[in-house]
Amino acid sequence: MDGETLWDWGYALEVLPQLLQAMRITLMATVCGMGLALVGGLFLAILRRSRIPALSRAGFWIIEFIRGTPLLIQLYFYFYVLPDFGIRFSPFATGLFGLGLHYSAYMAEVYRAGIDSVPKGQWEAAVALNFSRRRTFFTLILPQAVPPVIPAAGNYLVAMFKDTPLLSAITVAELLYTAKDDIGSQTFRYIEPMTLVGVLFLAVSLISARGIRGLERKMELKT
Amino acid sequence: MNNTAEPFIQIRNLHKSYGDLKVLRGINLDIPLGEMVSVIGPSGSGKSTLLRVLMTLERPERGGVRVGGEALYDVNAEGGTVLPPPDRFRALRNRIGMVFQHFNLFPHMSVLRNVTEAPVHVLGVPREKAKAEGLRYLDEVGLADKADAYPAQLSGGQKQRVAIARALAMHPEIMLFDEITSALDPELVGGILDLLARLGKKREMTMLIVTHHMRFAEQSSDRVLFFDDGVILEDGKPGDIFTQPEHERTRNFLRSVLEI
Repeated sequence: MDGETLWDWGYALEVLPQLLQAMRITLMATVCGMGLALVGGLFLAILRRSRIPALSRAGFWIIEFIRGTPLLIQLYFYFYVLPDFGIRFSPFATGLFGLGLHYSAYMAEVYRAGIDSVPKGQWEAAVALNFSRRRTFFTLILPQAVPPVIPAAGNYLVAMFKDTPLLSAITVAELLYTAKDDIGSQTFRYIEPMTLVGVLFLAVSLISARGIRGLERKMELKT
Repeated sequence: MNNTAEPFIQIRNLHKSYGDLKVLRGINLDIPLGEMVSVIGPSGSGKSTLLRVLMTLERPERGGVRVGGEALYDVNAEGGTVLPPPDRFRALRNRIGMVFQHFNLFPHMSVLRNVTEAPVHVLGVPREKAKAEGLRYLDEVGLADKADAYPAQLSGGQKQRVAIARALAMHPEIMLFDEITSALDPELVGGILDLLARLGKKREMTMLIVTHHMRFAEQSSDRVLFFDDGVILEDGKPGDIFTQPEHERTRNFLRSVLEI
């Protein structure tokens, strides 16, 4: 290898397949993490709205606690501290849980904004027609609450995608970990793998931003 | 229901305030089954609040309401309002329907779905039967051809017709109309008022109509209530209230609204 070259195309092409392989882990963590966050966020949003003060307060503190502490520390905690209490999962499962729970707290706020944007008259019509609270929430309010917050949720999706390198800290072999520990530390050439990682992140971010805009437009047309 | 001597709706000493603002200050009212009552009065006089309390959208602080012999709001020894157990509350609420000023249609559902959703999920009517019935109600309000449209595609008048059909589909014994023409363009008001008058003539429901249309109140209702500052100041036949009101306040109000 020519140590004087700043950028070695041959080397870059050589490591690309390995990085694309790792990209699959990154994308899987993002998609599954977002799935968890969509469900967990809704659960926290509902908890927050509970008529039982203790539950609503619990929801508030869970959200504040998660949003108020760094994701990296949360990941370390789940990975290094919980096993002391006998709770142990694979790095990937731990990472998914950490990402999902962290973004659940943000998604809960997104849901809340959406729910608050539904006019009061919709709740009143639901009372006048004697719908149960559960049906009112899930079939009348939620379908109206979600479309306006799709852009916000989409931003969190991209943000979560860009947070996946934190999983490298708990040894998940995603993009950054692969570039740094699997490739870079073997060859001591970091410029190609790290640049490629950046380019891959940028490409996926740009594509998903486009996708979200398209979805947004489709939702607008429907109403 | 077994007590035939009791009026269908019985309201006793009903009080409701928002903070320091007393909106209802002791409403007493008996309404027999099937009566069509117009409620008039200046804005802020408590007309809409009474309807909202009857629909259980607001909770009164004092006083009671009985509907068909059952307590919607009970009263304790001190006169304070007591809510009945939730299941009875919900059962009673099934007998009351309401149409709102701003329609409050469900924008993500088709017109027919707006009308059938509650019968299917609240009353347990089979979906096919609810659809057939829903189409009949849409036909009754003149919108059978809009069953598959979405609320956003309708005019204000059409939206309000859908809202009326939606409320009718629940077979309420009592129907509350809260300024249902106030958000409409002037040329659409007449059609809605005609529809109201037609519903009233059928005598299938007891109707309470909060309205600013004095001619409608005079010509179409059995009885007119004049609200002023949280109390019913005048209560009588439309002919009497509009030609020879007892109170100076009523005369002033009628003069001011009829001049415009």
